[in-house]
Amino acid sequence: MSEHAAHRREKIRPFVSQAGGLLKALHALQDASPEHFLAPCDLKLVADVFDVPVAKVWGTATFYSLYSTTPRGRYIIRVCESAPCYVVGAMDILKTLEEKLHIKPGQTTDDGRFTLEVASCLGVCGVAPALMVDMHVHGNLTPDKLVSILDNYV
Amino acid sequence: MKYYRAHVLICSGSNCMIKGCRNIRHTLEQELVHHGLQWEVKVVDTGCLGLCEQGPSLIVYPEGVMYGRLATGDIREIVTEHLLKGRLVHRLMQQPTSPTGEVAPLSLTPFFQKQKRIVLKNCGLIDPERLEDYVQTGGYTALATVLDTMTPERVITELKESGLRGRGGAGFSTGKKWELTRAARGEPKYLICNADEGEPGTFKDRLILEGDPHLIIEGMAIGGYATGATQGLVYIRGEYELSIRRMERAIRQARENGLLGKNILGSTYSFDIEVCAGAGAYVCGEETALIESIEGNRGEPRFKPPYPAEKGLWGKPTSVNNVETLANVPAIMEKGAPWYRSLGTPNSPGTKVFTLTGNVVNSGLIEVPMGITLREVIYEIGGGIPNGRQFKMAQTGGTSGGCLAAVHLDIPMDYDSLQSHGSSLGSGALLVMDDSHCIVDLTRCFLKFFVHESCGQCTPCREGTPALYELVDKISRGEASEVALALINRLSRTLQNSSLCALGQTAPVPVLSALRHFWPEIEAHFGGRCPANKCVMGKAVGKSAN
Repeated sequence: MSEHAAHRREKIRPFVSQAGGLLKALHALQDASPEHFLAPCDLKLVADVFDVPVAKVWGTATFYSLYSTTPRGRYIIRVCESAPCYVVGAMDILKTLEEKLHIKPGQTTDDGRFTLEVASCLGVCGVAPALMVDMHVHGNLTPDKLVSILDNYV
Repeated sequence: MKYYRAHVLICSGSNCMIKGCRNIRHTLEQELVHHGLQWEVKVVDTGCLGLCEQGPSLIVYPEGVMYGRLATGDIREIVTEHLLKGRLVHRLMQQPTSPTGEVAPLSLTPFFQKQKRIVLKNCGLIDPERLEDYVQTGGYTALATVLDTMTPERVITELKESGLRGRGGAGFSTGKKWELTRAARGEPKYLICNADEGEPGTFKDRLILEGDPHLIIEGMAIGGYATGATQGLVYIRGEYELSIRRMERAIRQARENGLLGKNILGSTYSFDIEVCAGAGAYVCGEETALIESIEGNRGEPRFKPPYPAEKGLWGKPTSVNNVETLANVPAIMEKGAPWYRSLGTPNSPGTKVFTLTGNVVNSGLIEVPMGITLREVIYEIGGGIPNGRQFKMAQTGGTSGGCLAAVHLDIPMDYDSLQSHGSSLGSGALLVMDDSHCIVDLTRCFLKFFVHESCGQCTPCREGTPALYELVDKISRGEASEVALALINRLSRTLQNSSLCALGQTAPVPVLSALRHFWPEIEAHFGGRCPANKCVMGKAVGKSAN
């Protein structure tokens, strides 16, 4: 086993005995991935450490929207399209992003900078319409504001 | 102890953070140092004050003057005028002053006047990261009283008498739930705080956790004592980073001070709490799906019965309670069931926290007695509809709730009244929509949510939600005839009767309420006309919201 693999194994081992440990392990491995995704080797590792079938880990990883099993860009943009954002212009925000980034939801820009995703309610409806770039929330969006927001992420 | 001449409380809830309250604080501290006031004026980060629309905001005490919609450029004026010279900065004030210059107390402004704060009593007033602040407001007194003077059975009786019902949406008696968990056989028992808040338009649990995390710990510790649970878990949405951080910090503080762990406050009672972060699935707000998720599985709901009270986490008796429910418990223990029953309505005692969103002047977080009318909330607390438009509808209970029309503005908001009008109190989301919106277009938006969030386990929900979406989409394109109505009704019945969990059972609620209350507008679509001019006839994808 390579040193890197051993390190990753040690990193997730403490989660085995914790409530919600499997989710924590997936979060940890994905956070450590430069492409923000869970590779097949990550899933196999979790299955091995937690002593469960790979199929179960795969099932869990593909169930939740915060995990991805395909590579993603450096920054992940998640646009809320739920009703409270929808009624104050979320679709204009999404359309503007699609035009500026030349991608559709689920796709990554050619330079690998951004992945665009649509999300259900992000729980910041007080500042709707809203989006998250990784863990940073931006609110009270207008199409004009998007340019300066995107410029922060290089 | 050091005394300060003035306190500046900065709202640091998520919504204000997004609006830049960190920069406000940074500038304020710089200005205070610049004027040598840092030893006289204390700056405190608090949880959400509720007036998200006017953020970033701060309150200067002892005067109780609130300044809102702040930019960093405004801070120097507040420091040099108010804090240095004692002169109010009227242009930034959010409350009126009398001709003699007296400031109206915040509690008498329209936004706060009708509110009754039990759950939010500390939000916006204390530093949520300091245990001392919580204790100074009387925190953990209820827990101490319970451990000293009440048996677990007595706690349950008191809670049952208070009539507290689950604030997550289902409205089940909390006392009853705890009684069932206590009576169930199996060890250890668990108490789970459900903070997987996913209902669109709801952000109350987030702001309660951010604003007063020790209140939840105290509620959970009392719950553990009553149910016999030794381990508590708080399952928080993965997106709620600040809530997770503040909760973990509060748990550490409580442990260090003997408020969690072995022999709490010198008693024989032991209880501890762990935090679990979710990974993005609306269905995990359903209690058995949440339990599956903690166990590391796909968050698919279980068949019920057995209910979690009997067989929950790892097959052991488990009580799953919403954040707001638990936040009510310390006050009930301290002040008693009769006091709690004096608030609200006979069938829905107490208060309810609502999140006010959409086309309303004051969007934000409010707590009001149950039974208040929609009109009072929207027009008095919410400040009415902006941009000179008219009220058209309000959706209560989030996306799984129904839309009410102008004729319903005077019905009391409680569990039973809203249900009898085809909607629900749900999680306390209140989405206000003006007359620029189309009921068909919105219903399609609501259904899209369910299509995405259906977990796919049971067939009625997995297949039914997209089918329902297609039917409404067709109406919005002007391509449906009244035949679609019969299909919608039949499909809705199937979903309600045969879906495994509340997700599928409530998905048709917005559709059915639309048919019930907005029929003429829907009918116009059959003739190829959208009265609000939102739907694009004959086009597969609806045009944008504005």
